[in-house]
Amino acid sequence: MALTNVLDITGLMLSSFGTLVLAAVGLAIIFGMMRIINLAHGEFIMIGAYATAFSFSAGVPLALAIPIGGLVTGIVGLVLERLIIRHLYDRLVDSMVATWGISLIFAQGMLIIAGPSFSDVPTPLGPISYGDFSMSLYRVVLAASAIGLLIALYGIYTYTTYGRHARATMQDEETARSLGVNTDRIYMITFFIGSVMAGIAGGLLSPIVSIVPTLGQSYIIEAFVTVIVAGPSVILGTILSGFSLSVVNAPVSQWAGSFAGRVALLVAAIVIIRLLPEGISGYWMEGGE
Amino acid sequence: MSEKKPTLPGNEFLPSIVVDGLDRVFAPFNGPNTIGNSPIFWIAFLLVALVALAYPAVTTPFRVLNTTGYVVWIFLALSLTLIWGYTGIFSFGQTAFFGLGGYTFGVVAKNLVQVTGATNLALLAAVVLPAVFAVVVGYFMFYGRVSGVYVAIITLAVTLILELLFGRTAGPQYTIGAAELGGFNGMTNIPSLAFGIEPVLVELDPVPMYYFVVGLLIAGYLALRYVVNSNYGYVLIAVRENEARTEMFGYDIRKIKLQAFAIGGAMAGLSGALFASWNNFISPPVMGIVTAALPVIWVTVGGRQTILGAIFGALGLQFLDSELAAAGSEFSVVALGVILLGVILYFSDGVVPAIASRIEDRIGSSPDESVVLEESDA
Repeated sequence: MALTNVLDITGLMLSSFGTLVLAAVGLAIIFGMMRIINLAHGEFIMIGAYATAFSFSAGVPLALAIPIGGLVTGIVGLVLERLIIRHLYDRLVDSMVATWGISLIFAQGMLIIAGPSFSDVPTPLGPISYGDFSMSLYRVVLAASAIGLLIALYGIYTYTTYGRHARATMQDEETARSLGVNTDRIYMITFFIGSVMAGIAGGLLSPIVSIVPTLGQSYIIEAFVTVIVAGPSVILGTILSGFSLSVVNAPVSQWAGSFAGRVALLVAAIVIIRLLPEGISGYWMEGGE
Repeated sequence: MSEKKPTLPGNEFLPSIVVDGLDRVFAPFNGPNTIGNSPIFWIAFLLVALVALAYPAVTTPFRVLNTTGYVVWIFLALSLTLIWGYTGIFSFGQTAFFGLGGYTFGVVAKNLVQVTGATNLALLAAVVLPAVFAVVVGYFMFYGRVSGVYVAIITLAVTLILELLFGRTAGPQYTIGAAELGGFNGMTNIPSLAFGIEPVLVELDPVPMYYFVVGLLIAGYLALRYVVNSNYGYVLIAVRENEARTEMFGYDIRKIKLQAFAIGGAMAGLSGALFASWNNFISPPVMGIVTAALPVIWVTVGGRQTILGAIFGALGLQFLDSELAAAGSEFSVVALGVILLGVILYFSDGVVPAIASRIEDRIGSSPDESVVLEESDA
């Protein structure tokens, strides 16, 4: 009995952690590195989910449909960056209003193109159970993929030339440019990677949500809260932040319902920001990345 | 740029007694922190006020009712202009105070109406309670040295928490006196504004309500102009421009931010109370993410560092939104998004400052206004 409870909470925590980190990972790049408040981030996730669901219903296996979702979203992000976002660097607030406009266009545009709902993607992999306890194995996969994406980002930003140039650009654009880095290109690629991450997140989440044009709205808040709580270090911060928030969210959801869990998550975010104004990772490693 | 009393361009059309009179009457409201300080501007202001007063006589009651509905939201936009545009506190959760004001009005008014037949003190309660709540939230943030985008996230979280909490108040156990909170379906049958004590009652049915709200708006506009052009207003702007420097001058910026935030909370509460009494209904989504973004958008589109920007941004975008929706096309939301994008890309300081500088170019710039331009560049 007690063991079942522990397992239940652990399962919820894994699931909450996976969702939070997945929702946040693209935003962690776009906001955390580029200081663009992308209110269309939820719609990026939505586009990823749609592209995945569409490919899946066309017969593509899910494992391939998810990267397709990421790629489609990345291309959408790339076009947006060239047309609009690149005019908004260093204009934090303007970027917010502009991306809000983009999110309106995307959500309504998807409604016009694809209708109020799209055929759902069935959850793969079945359940794992122990006595009374049972959870979908796919949720474990989600949490693992969330970590996997962060590790991939760590690889990109630590070991590739682009990654080093990107970190240099974010730290000091002038100096980076005078040392020969094409910063315009760096911004473009960074936005592309952030969009791909959001799209992959949407693809990964598509089997556990209903595919509707407004699905992005349910992730945007969690994403922002996770990113802000994370602080300056994109990768370490996102893991710590996702972990702390899910540690609060899961038990409360278990005992008092998902509504109370949501409230607890927001309250936890407020308290963490108040106590650690630099975010968790800012406190963890003074000076940041 | 000269120091002597300027003969403002455009004023040569006016008799000097008019110019002097207007200058004297409106002197407390003039200053470098607002757009429009010339006698010409004040004549236009009086004309617009006259048109607004005559409006119910020349249009249908339905339109009057609709317009009142737009105006009640302007106070929410003005609250954001004061705390964000002038003081630099980026609140993404002004709707928390708006919703709290609306619910407070609903609860107090429903109970008062049973006793006195009027809603007298309900409006006051709906201003005071959100202000007190703003002090609590503000103390938590500013005395903890939380600033910038972190303030936005905390205020957003606060409004979302309130939305969730009010959404869970379904059922008879959540009844305060005669008022049932109603959960996610909202609070119904909120009384319209009515002043007096039975049997002497003035009920504000649509047209008087319109005059009441427009009167409040004019008073609020002038009051804000007075505040931001006073010494206190200069301190607010100093906090916005450079917190450290302002602190070095000996000001307690935590206290100043807290005061501005509390005034903003009171104004947002007023807005919510007016909305609740106009609508006779309020529900938790007024504190949700979609509504929370509205004032930010209005103020940014109109021009965040101007009071007129908030007014025209709120009026214009609400009007546009409802006209587009009434047109019935599924593309209306798309059009709204495109307009937002266009404004951000082509009028980065907002529409109202852009128009104002266009007019200035036409009739020449006044010395007062040139200060505004320097300010916004800083």
